[in-house]
Amino acid sequence: MLGLIASDIFWNAAAAGTVAALAASLVGYFVVLRAHAFAGEALTDICFAGSAGSALAGFNPLIGMLAFSLSAALGLGALSSRARGRDVETGMALSMATGLGVLFVSLYAHHSASHATAGMNLLFGSILSVRPAEIRLMLVCAFLALAALGAISRPLLFATLDPVSARARGLPVTLLSISFMLILAVAVAMCVLTIGALLALSLLVAPPAAALRVARRPASAMALSAVLGLIVVWGGLLASFIGPWRHPPIGFSVSTSASMAYFIAYALGKRRRKRGGGEGRHPSRETESEGKAE
Amino acid sequence: MLDLLRYPFMRNALITGSIVAVLAGAIGYFIVARSLTFAAHAIPNIGFAGAAGAVLTGILPVYGFFAFALAAAVGIGLVGKRARERDIVVAVLMTFALGLGFLFLSLYAGYAQRVYGILFGSILGISVGNVVVTGVAAAVAMGLLLAIYRPLLFCTVDPQAAAARGLPVATISALFLSVAALAISLSAQVMGALLVFTLMVGPAATANRLTRRPGRAILTAALLGLAYVWLGIGAAAISGRLPVSFMVSAIAFAVYLPVRIWARPRRRPGSASMSPRGAGAPDAPAEEEGCSAS
Repeated sequence: MLGLIASDIFWNAAAAGTVAALAASLVGYFVVLRAHAFAGEALTDICFAGSAGSALAGFNPLIGMLAFSLSAALGLGALSSRARGRDVETGMALSMATGLGVLFVSLYAHHSASHATAGMNLLFGSILSVRPAEIRLMLVCAFLALAALGAISRPLLFATLDPVSARARGLPVTLLSISFMLILAVAVAMCVLTIGALLALSLLVAPPAAALRVARRPASAMALSAVLGLIVVWGGLLASFIGPWRHPPIGFSVSTSASMAYFIAYALGKRRRKRGGGEGRHPSRETESEGKAE
Repeated sequence: MLDLLRYPFMRNALITGSIVAVLAGAIGYFIVARSLTFAAHAIPNIGFAGAAGAVLTGILPVYGFFAFALAAAVGIGLVGKRARERDIVVAVLMTFALGLGFLFLSLYAGYAQRVYGILFGSILGISVGNVVVTGVAAAVAMGLLLAIYRPLLFCTVDPQAAAARGLPVATISALFLSVAALAISLSAQVMGALLVFTLMVGPAATANRLTRRPGRAILTAALLGLAYVWLGIGAAAISGRLPVSFMVSAIAFAVYLPVRIWARPRRRPGSASMSPRGAGAPDAPAEEEGCSAS
């Protein structure tokens, strides 16, 4: 049992998972605050098309994903800076991308022997087959994305919580929104590479949503989100590698533990609010005044 | 082209496709107008988990699909009043279900072929029995939709006034989503779980841009859907390797894009209040929580 942990496969998976979890949970904080969950979902499907396309053309999957998702992020960011659940535009981009992905997978399946596993790997992730070269590329991309996020985080937070006064103060709100979409595109690509297109959203949304339910200040919410993301990924990996039961697939254990984190935080947040803790889960009030006092 | 009609599977596919296209047009109008795009994407994904579970236990996949989709629809209908909250819950529930579906897949020794069909759709596997069942179920869904048509339209156009008049807004919402879940389960046979969404949202989004009258929009959406499905099935049958779902999504996108760019939804002078909010107006101000960045 423990022998598996000593293997390279485990450590490669752990490294990839750690990078993805950190990028996803920090970027995810803004995804939740800005109500961009649907845009995140659209980007995962766009990454699915990108990775299926690069599988067909024989590229490194990460390159294809980044090419697709970055260009889509530019489009989404420019087209509508209010990409949220209602947005039909996001939905149409998502549907076109999924269609392309389905096309690529079915073309790919035509000349590879294992018809369905090819598609399934793209959809549910292949964290166990991540190679060291890809991990290095992931590290570079995640570093760049997080550095960019750090650079714009204060104005972005302001523009997120109070777009009207941010605009009045002369902040480039549209530019911020486009840059955030680009950062999001990179984070989504990391998640898709590790746990697959269908489950990537769980890393991106569940840990920060859980953190926002219990933490009050932006800094603590972001820190809690990152910690939760790491726990979820490591817990999922360990549950799939050790344990007496039949090993569940990693995507399942990661997405389940992420959802559990959210459900628990939901219950906790609810109890706290009932107890009269006031704005238990909304850091927006405090930060709004903070931002204005700046 | 006409030769193809002699094959029974083509006739079955066309009949089933036509039934679900008309149904999807009617349901899709409300999905777009009620800004349930994300929910319409999540419900089939959750249904996929049910179908995977059904395959594992030896039940017909459609039943598992419908059971999960219905549960998701009721849950989403009851949970979310505010858009931001609803998006998060939808995202977490969807990834949770998909993880579960992945677990079912990995437990199922036969792995891929049947499940592949559920995800990607197929026109080959539709029997005469399926056509009959689809027709009956679609008639039931249409009947339910007609029964709640007027209150549903009222709730969609002006939820506050509807609530003030004492209409059970939450119940109507859950009821509508249940009908949508039925329609989605039927459409998934042809389109596959990944791309049912296209049939629901694509024609309706375009129709919503072309006309503001609900009745006319529903009719337009149904006709567009019919055209997309016929063209998609025709192209797929002629080419032999292009998936129907890809063709439909490509056509839907190709029609939507120019309409989105050039057609401004006509505002009839006297009936401004008839416009479902946020549905088709490109310059509608961003409402609610104020966390959008536009």
